[in-house]
Amino acid sequence: MRTIYLDNAATTKLHPLVRKAMSECEEDGFGNSSSLHSAGRKAKEKLDLARETISKKVFAKNHKLIFTSGGTESNNFAIKGLALGSREKKHIVTTKIEHDCVLNTLGFLEKYGYKVTYLDVDKEGLVNLEALENAITKDTLLVSVIHGNNEIGTIQNLKEIGRIVHEKGSVFHTDACQSFTKQPIDMEKDNIDLLTINAHKIYGPKGVGALLVKEGLGLEPLLHGGGHEYGLRSGTVNVPGIVGFSKATEIIGEREIEHMASLRNQLVKGLKDIDDCWLNGPEVDSGKRLCNNANLTFMYAEGEAIVLYLDALGICVSTGSACSSNTLKPSHVLKAIGLKQEQSHGTIRFSIGIDNTTEEIKYTIDCVKGTIEKLRQMCPYKY
Amino acid sequence: MENYSKKVMENFMKPKNMGEIKDASGVGKVGNPVCGDIMWIYIMVSKDKSGNEIVKDIKFKTLGCAAAIATSSMITELAKGKTLADAYKITKADVAKALDGLPPIKMHCSNLASDGLKAAINDYLVKQGRKPMEHTKEAGSSLRS
Ligand SMILES: Cc1ncc(COP(=O)(O)O)c(C=O)c1O
Repeated sequence: MRTIYLDNAATTKLHPLVRKAMSECEEDGFGNSSSLHSAGRKAKEKLDLARETISKKVFAKNHKLIFTSGGTESNNFAIKGLALGSREKKHIVTTKIEHDCVLNTLGFLEKYGYKVTYLDVDKEGLVNLEALENAITKDTLLVSVIHGNNEIGTIQNLKEIGRIVHEKGSVFHTDACQSFTKQPIDMEKDNIDLLTINAHKIYGPKGVGALLVKEGLGLEPLLHGGGHEYGLRSGTVNVPGIVGFSKATEIIGEREIEHMASLRNQLVKGLKDIDDCWLNGPEVDSGKRLCNNANLTFMYAEGEAIVLYLDALGICVSTGSACSSNTLKPSHVLKAIGLKQEQSHGTIRFSIGIDNTTEEIKYTIDCVKGTIEKLRQMCPYKY
Repeated sequence: MENYSKKVMENFMKPKNMGEIKDASGVGKVGNPVCGDIMWIYIMVSKDKSGNEIVKDIKFKTLGCAAAIATSSMITELAKGKTLADAYKITKADVAKALDGLPPIKMHCSNLASDGLKAAINDYLVKQGRKPMEHTKEAGSSLRS
């Protein structure tokens, strides 16, 4: 049976061009980028080139790019590194729809006396700029706001948020793992001090990411050792992975964005005529939604059951349902946009990839309709 | 989360005895939409040759995850043909065992089927004007409404 992969927000498949660049690097760039000899210098050249390529992609001018093991590490490093490096300020502002690796890092800091303000979002998942402005005080060390939300696809207005954060004299961090290369990011114009990006959401390898750090921020490293990455992140540098990351930034262009958006729109249009079903997050053509994200609630059907029935038909999607999570807690993002628990149970995220086709979406629409009907026949009553 | 056993997947993919019984002798309703699992168990009671009351027919309707659907299907198989007294004794552990185990996290949240069956039996007894059976509490068991 063929697989229709619609979970590209979870991770993507390595692109052939990325694989090629990586395996070439494994061949002629395998050296330790810190070594003096020719093998080391070759690796160093490739590393420098990748750093330059990725920095340019986000128009970084006064920023250092530190390679990390991915989005989770970059977010941990941004938040803990800044907290350790600047001892006076003890307040952090964030939102209720961050990725767990931001929320749990902040929860960790709360145990050490930090105060965290978790901003509400509206029905579409957007932060209220006035509330943001009011939340920032003289004691606010950092404002961390996710750029493109991984569950409901909401894109925040970086430029406005960055402007407010800087006017109020704080530091701006954004987690752009989902939006990087799908949405323009300009470190200077958007006033971004700290930017988290990773490779495996954009057809690059897993376990590779970066944090861009504004000069002079004074971050403390989390990993001490041989002083790699400007002394901010020690450990022999994963040059082949980084070369893959660099290549991956070239995969999604305007054509791919249009392609994914049109398939996503086809999917949403096809599914919306199911009864008792709606789209969560901003409208598809609002300009406020990631091009590849669709998040829908189907009442009277449970998410885990939907995912597993679709899986049996070859379709890979994911759910915001509590019943498939390790904690049995429903999604905090769906809660933040006002879904009741009984509604979040029937919520499914579809995330399109560059290789999906119109036929696949057509088949998916049919399968989802059949699955929802089957599960609803089992449901004892409507509530 | 831990993967489901093959038995769970079979019972989830092709559940047995799904549906309603019109004019059921008793209906057990457990779970609620907030926690995500709702289970209704329908039973038809009749007497066997020796005059014992048995679960002649049993069906379920369930909203919930794979574990909720699989345990519903399994309880109908375990209970069918048993005397009311024996059916009442089926535990959560019995259901889980018959399914070759459940992921620990699902043991109590979605394993409602034995509670549903007990509720159905008592619904029948009460409708008959008789005393409901005592629910001897097994570890972790909860009758949720
Ligand atoms: C918004 C967001 N931030 C951070 C991460 C974590 O990235 P990684 O898996 O590279 O650690 C992810 C993906 O899982 C994500 O979607």
